[in-house]
Amino acid sequence: MLLTTTINGRKKEILIKDDDYLLDVLRKEGYLSVKRGCDTGACGLCTILLNGSPILSCSTLAARAHGKQISTIENFPKEAKTFASYMTAEGAEQCGFCSPGFTLTVIAMTKELQDPTDDEIMHYLNGNLCRCSGYISQLRAIRNFMEEIKNENC
Amino acid sequence: MKIVNTSVRKVDGVGVVTGNPAYTEDLILNNNVLTIKLLRSPHAFAKIKAIDTSIALKVPGVEAIFTHNDVPETRFTLAGQSFPEPSPYDRRILDEYVRYVGDPVAIIAAEDERAAEKAMKLIKVQYDILEPILDFEKSIDSHILIHPEEVHTNFEIGYERKRNIASKAYSEKPGVEEGFVKSDIILERTYYTQPQIHAMMETYRSYSYFDVNGRLTTVSSTQIPFHVRRHLARALELPTSKLRVIKPRVGGGFGGKQTAVCEIYSAFVTLKTGKPSKIIYNRKETHTCTTTRHEMRLDVKIGSDLEGNIKAIDINVLSNAGAYGEHAPTVTSLVSYKTFPLYDTVPMRFNANIVYSNTMNAGAFRGYGATQGTFAVESIINELAHKLNLDPTEIRMKNLVEPGEGKYITSGDIKKCIEIGKEKFNWIEKSQVREVAPNKVRAAGMAVTMQGSGIGGIDTAAATIKLGDRGDFSLMVGVTDMGQGCDTVLTQIAAEVLDVPMDKISIHSADTDLSPYDPGAYASSGTYVTGNAVIIAANKMREEILKGASKMFNTNINEIEYLGNNLKIGNNLISLEDFAQRSISFEGMNQITTTGTWGGETSPPPFIAGFAEVEVDTLTGEVEVIDYLSVVDCGTPINPNLVQVQVEGGAAQGIGLALLEDIKYDKKGKPISDSLMQYKIPSRLDCKNIRVEISNSYEKTGPFGAKSVGEVVINTPAPAIADAVYNATKVRVRKLPITSEKVLLGMFDL
Ligand code: FES
Ligand code: FES
Repeated sequence: MLLTTTINGRKKEILIKDDDYLLDVLRKEGYLSVKRGCDTGACGLCTILLNGSPILSCSTLAARAHGKQISTIENFPKEAKTFASYMTAEGAEQCGFCSPGFTLTVIAMTKELQDPTDDEIMHYLNGNLCRCSGYISQLRAIRNFMEEIKNENC
Repeated sequence: MKIVNTSVRKVDGVGVVTGNPAYTEDLILNNNVLTIKLLRSPHAFAKIKAIDTSIALKVPGVEAIFTHNDVPETRFTLAGQSFPEPSPYDRRILDEYVRYVGDPVAIIAAEDERAAEKAMKLIKVQYDILEPILDFEKSIDSHILIHPEEVHTNFEIGYERKRNIASKAYSEKPGVEEGFVKSDIILERTYYTQPQIHAMMETYRSYSYFDVNGRLTTVSSTQIPFHVRRHLARALELPTSKLRVIKPRVGGGFGGKQTAVCEIYSAFVTLKTGKPSKIIYNRKETHTCTTTRHEMRLDVKIGSDLEGNIKAIDINVLSNAGAYGEHAPTVTSLVSYKTFPLYDTVPMRFNANIVYSNTMNAGAFRGYGATQGTFAVESIINELAHKLNLDPTEIRMKNLVEPGEGKYITSGDIKKCIEIGKEKFNWIEKSQVREVAPNKVRAAGMAVTMQGSGIGGIDTAAATIKLGDRGDFSLMVGVTDMGQGCDTVLTQIAAEVLDVPMDKISIHSADTDLSPYDPGAYASSGTYVTGNAVIIAANKMREEILKGASKMFNTNINEIEYLGNNLKIGNNLISLEDFAQRSISFEGMNQITTTGTWGGETSPPPFIAGFAEVEVDTLTGEVEVIDYLSVVDCGTPINPNLVQVQVEGGAAQGIGLALLEDIKYDKKGKPISDSLMQYKIPSRLDCKNIRVEISNSYEKTGPFGAKSVGEVVINTPAPAIADAVYNATKVRVRKLPITSEKVLLGMFDL
């Protein structure tokens, strides 16, 4: 079928098979920040935003994006870079393979939650696995990032 | 020191966080590559009687299908070890025997995954199904023979094919028998450690193509590019000069990518078809058809006087190599190598058999046998402390090594780590058993460990530095950054010696055509071994610059001073940029490149004292780690932030080993923990409070006093948590992982 969708603000028409998953379609189209870590919707690496909300692109049929807005991390250069500066200040990115999906979820979280507690942050991000970092450094980075956002908004 | 010992940001950090293409799959530029899928054995042990691929080959889009009839006879090992590898040469690309559920039977190359999968279903295989050995404790002298063929070993490793023994290991510090005679108390215990899956986020993958010069190039997510090239040469029966291996960024390895799990398939397909090809293991294959940590049974006997002075320790190990013997002789030896020096005055004996079985094969995994040894030895010392009514920290203070000149351990201080830990962890209070709510009990436990920094007397690494035409430097190394940050740490070291800001140096790693030789990233060698090579190369670079300037300006070398960004010649300053430009030009005709090579006699150990506080739910047996503290001594850290995160991540993986991670097989030997749903790794909620303290010391053979820290980090959680659970419940779990079920059933039995 012909999938008509918007990816990172650009209108696209892509020829897909009915049972293609969004993750594979996006990677084929060159959105290489989208990673695959599993086949069962368990790791969160393939997270993208569909109409602004985080979804797992490995278990979403591409056809479901018809007429919708897809965002990958490339769509948030400013936020991603700012968050990256907090991550790197902590040394929280190790292999970095989990980072794009994780960063996108963090960006979605900051738009969704006001002043979350640590528990709320952990809960929101629990679906995003990381095998390298032990998570604690990521939490430190998120806290500092949220602090900056708060100060900007004041 | 300006740059070393500071927490600079990683050189590639922003790029990876913002999703720049960097990993193997991102770099497949040809959108017409063959996709490889492997047909895998459904049986744990079988002989292939016949394979019919004729119908499968008719599937549109299928390019080729290969079986054991099409591959070279040569046997090899895929272990990432320096040549001559100690591991047995016990595999072929495809064999007529399959030795575990998932062992490859046929290689299918097709235009896409759909076609490959369709063809896979149409391959007809007739198996002669054989009785497997699924329980490694039944392997030795079984009537079943796992490797009926002759197997070559490069030297004596205790290989006894007819008894299913892949290797044996033995070591001894004399006085064990006398020690037991002098003991007032003797304990004998059996511990089991489970196979563990690396579960790195980027699964195994490689991509191969012929370059314009007709050389077979393989791009792979690997920790060991130079070893992979050697494996490929042997397996494909090609000269090494025809092969090139490139390692892009690696999405996690943890030792898994120290075995060349998948490269032979893409290289073989490209060799045969002439076309570019790729193989990407899915999560299921990664969890069922790669390598695991060696599963072990450790029988330990300890003798002591009533004051807790340990008189002797005897360790007998049975270790499961699985179907193939990658890393079989070396991993298990670390049970002794990394526990003997820690209790250096205690007589100790270690005896091990490493056996074949029809399970997934074992290989390297962060900690590399020290993890298993630490669990057993630290657990029995904790058990001894309880028997003698001693505080576990006290018994260690009585027996642990004191560093000293001429000893195996000359720097660092594990006792100091314990002291720091006791205070920062609030050990006195937390080691008391406390009921914090109805049915919720808290208690604590601790353990210590050591590892090494590189493989002393064997591994040798090189680093090359090139002065660019505008006064910047390229640093070329063959070690591989898989997230631990060695690209950054090595850049820091080079910048420090060359006295320039880090952004004047670009690091390149690794490409077997361009990088100087390096055994790769394993055995905690990045900072220590390659770091030392970088220092040599950088010092040579300073010398060569001075020599070049002396010639160019016709000045005595003693009158030139190297100032990093500038050279001081008499009273004049000339910028390095200017010098470099002129040096490379017609004026100088001098491209300055230097190489340093380094290998150490010793492998100075980093230390950790680990402290765990757990909360056990006495109704469900559920164990939660409330607080975990690692006090680490890795000499002088080159980058304290990276050390800290490395330690936190290792602790998390150790908590996974202690509480969650378990490979389960069904009755027929088929692994059922084949996804991240079934095989649980720690999530954010399991790692709420992991803390790190750094105890600084100075290792004089290390770069700027540093030792490596990659592996030591994973060893303490299991024994510390096991003892904490015992303190809280009086249930002693000796078989990892410590699941709620085991704790609960243990409480019923009390
Ligand atoms: S790849 Fe989508 S959740 Fe793992
Ligand atoms: S940084 Fe490697 S998986 Fe998260």
